[in-house]
Amino acid sequence: MIIDELAKTTGDWLSGAGPMGDIVISSRIRLARNVAGYPFLARATPAQREELVDLIRGHLDSKATRGRWTYVDVEEMDELDQRILVERHLISRQHAGGAGRRGVSIADNGNDSVMINEEDHLRLQVLRSGLRLEEIWEEINQLDDDLEEKISYAYHPRYGYLTACPTNVGTGIRVSVMLHLPGLKLAGEIEKVFQAAKDLHLAVRGLFGEGTEATGDFFQVSNQVTLGRTEDEIIDDFRQTVIPRIVEYERRARQALVQERPLALDDRVWRSYGALLHARTISSDETMLHLSHLRLGVNLGRIKEVDLATVNELFMMTQPAHLQKLCNARLNGEQRSAARADYIRRRLAASRGR
Amino acid sequence: MIDEARIFRTLAGFGKGGLDMNIACQACKKQPATVHLTDITPQGEKRERHLCESCAAAEGIMPKPSGHVPVNELLAGLVVSKAGAQQLADLACPHCGMTFVEFRNNGLLGCPRDYDAFEKALVPLIERAHEGAGHHIGKVPSRLGAPRSTENDLVRLKRQLVKAVEEEQYEEAARIRDKIRIRESQ
Repeated sequence: MIIDELAKTTGDWLSGAGPMGDIVISSRIRLARNVAGYPFLARATPAQREELVDLIRGHLDSKATRGRWTYVDVEEMDELDQRILVERHLISRQHAGGAGRRGVSIADNGNDSVMINEEDHLRLQVLRSGLRLEEIWEEINQLDDDLEEKISYAYHPRYGYLTACPTNVGTGIRVSVMLHLPGLKLAGEIEKVFQAAKDLHLAVRGLFGEGTEATGDFFQVSNQVTLGRTEDEIIDDFRQTVIPRIVEYERRARQALVQERPLALDDRVWRSYGALLHARTISSDETMLHLSHLRLGVNLGRIKEVDLATVNELFMMTQPAHLQKLCNARLNGEQRSAARADYIRRRLAASRGR
Repeated sequence: MIDEARIFRTLAGFGKGGLDMNIACQACKKQPATVHLTDITPQGEKRERHLCESCAAAEGIMPKPSGHVPVNELLAGLVVSKAGAQQLADLACPHCGMTFVEFRNNGLLGCPRDYDAFEKALVPLIERAHEGAGHHIGKVPSRLGAPRSTENDLVRLKRQLVKAVEEEQYEEAARIRDKIRIRESQ
């Protein structure tokens, strides 16, 4: 089954490759679309939901769109598999927890997906590592064009692409960039990020977007305005203004740590490395914190015996659902913490041996 | 000769101390000027004017509201600020049966036609959610062909013009203005 296959891999988007990859974890563009002639999902009958799935899935499965797509039924799926998809950012939490006929088509690169019957009939999504919004826009725009040749979208000459919630109307575009900012966090300057984003009316959220708090060292910056601006203008705010600015702040904060507080920096990253190397039981939150510091240590060359690929793999695989898939067992919280510590120890030992 | 190529800025758009507060309105010469216009001539020269809000409004120049507000707040604000709550409550989409009250309660519309059925009530909400914007200027489905996109092109070009003037790229601004003229004469 596709989800079991997926769960064994890290996902390209987490590879740390791509422009500004030491700080920009990933970039994502999502487009909201609805099929003309159907009500939005709040008013759709079960039969209409079914038709929408068949219609959209049919076009993705056929040769109408580039690439190969695999459809999975989210309604019928067991909860652990749903959570795997959420942890990989292939579906939203809302989609996993939704009701009625719904699903997701996943591209064979494991990074692109089309949610069917989420809040809108279609939610197209392309995710890549690093700051690569131009490339992502080209791809998702092409996918949108391909689908549009077969599907008539709900479109209004004044309001553009019509969406179930008026906050998405117009372009239906949501650009999100995920950032790793341990330097600003350690320096106590994270407020700068909120300020930079606020200047351009962008939102700052946590790792899983809407409804998740911006805690820890990972932050997701996304646009709010979808109407009255072109897709290019919205993307350019990120590409040319806000992301380079935040990256510059983070670089400066890291540089200051290296030059002015090297002992404090090393103490922090090596303690985290030590905790990961030796813990016998460790929670998700504690793992995230230490992995974040380890990633900083590796990126700054303070720790050389671990490579970035291993750190990235640990980020993905130590999440609750991935961990259970890996162990091939349902585990309660306590068991997960033990299994997580075991897995981390094993992977770090292997990495050191290389 | 002043052209239609014009940009206005309001004080609200600037940080504290970013602008001299003491300029008097050039029209009434009494109120402090808070709306700042830059006109460009067909030769690409710029001319600045400074007006107070009421004189600017008299000329038909209205600053747009700014600041994003989450949808729930938008909805809440809508009921308080707009009189005729009963009128809103009676709104219903003839196509899907969704009432405006229902939309207000769950934040999601019932069908694409709600945008027209609820237009009066939705427009202020949409504008507040999108920094004052009320028109789509982005991608147009290719099946609709070129003719329908002309209007969008025009809005987009006008925005580009404003941006060029803001950045003081007057040659570029003049070029864009010529494009707008061509489109408008078509």
